[in-house]
Amino acid sequence: MKTPDEIFDILKNNFNDDVIGIEKEQPTEPIIFVNPSAINKVCLFLRDNEELKFDSLMNLSGVDDANGEKVKDNDGSEIIKGGTLSVYYHLYSIKYKHKITLKTSTSREEPRVESVESVWKTANWHEREAYDMFGIIFNNHPDLRRILMPYDWEAGYPLRKDYKNPEFYQGMKVPY
Amino acid sequence: MGILDKEFSDGNIVITKVEDLFNWARLSSIWQLGFGLACCAIEMMATSASHYDFDRFGVIPRNTPRQADAIIISGTVTLKMATRIKRLYEQMPEPKYIISMGSCANCGGPYWNHGYHVLKGVDRVIPVDVYVPGCPPRPEALLEGLLKLQEKIRHESLTKKQA
Repeated sequence: MKTPDEIFDILKNNFNDDVIGIEKEQPTEPIIFVNPSAINKVCLFLRDNEELKFDSLMNLSGVDDANGEKVKDNDGSEIIKGGTLSVYYHLYSIKYKHKITLKTSTSREEPRVESVESVWKTANWHEREAYDMFGIIFNNHPDLRRILMPYDWEAGYPLRKDYKNPEFYQGMKVPY
Repeated sequence: MGILDKEFSDGNIVITKVEDLFNWARLSSIWQLGFGLACCAIEMMATSASHYDFDRFGVIPRNTPRQADAIIISGTVTLKMATRIKRLYEQMPEPKYIISMGSCANCGGPYWNHGYHVLKGVDRVIPVDVYVPGCPPRPEALLEGLLKLQEKIRHESLTKKQA
């Protein structure tokens, strides 16, 4: 069993700049920041390393940090320019009974994160959900389609903070 | 109803109106489409089960819309599901009836404001006969809704189109 600090040190020694830092000043468990273009390599290492053996991806979720600049749209509604979208990974080792949280942040305008589907198959649907709700594109995902919303949903990504619901979908009125 | 009270002495002949006979036959065997959407479906299944026994009103689930008379919209209708519900409804033969069960199917329920994925009332895509309020409605409420539907069918006219 390893503490988050020990796990962070192991990662830092192996990945250097791709592992950005560790955040401990919050009520949750410590979070390790990782570069979005290296997350698949970091995750593969976490899974296969003999001391770590993170064999379970408990959860993968997208988050809209909404930390960009809030500007008024043409129709007066607020939209967010710039800032980041994030993906959180909650890992658990059944063998060693330790866990860790990873976070990776990507730009709101071009949100691209490497897929970890090849590391844990669980990630397949989780990443599809993050894509469906936040529009985060997972590079090298085998089947990146919407999973909850209709396939022909064109109004955007519903869990983004500046999402606007459409008036109609396939002739059906959407607002109350 | 007029079927049993106008009996001849012979006993094998009854006189009634075609309308009454048809309506009586229809309301006594409302076969519902075996179809559930959310937590209301659990309550609907409880209504079908032995304790409340939907079958005593002639309601049995059919597994194809081609053989169903009624569809109980039991749960949240998402926009994705709404297109499928419309297709199921269109596949049912006339006469067909719809019971909207629970707040979600009636008007969107708790999703009325922020439910980006929810159709705010199934009556936006298909015509509803009976609305059953509740979240979810108890089996007694659904039975009441069925009795209301039976009452509606009892007074239907073959020639005059009902509103």
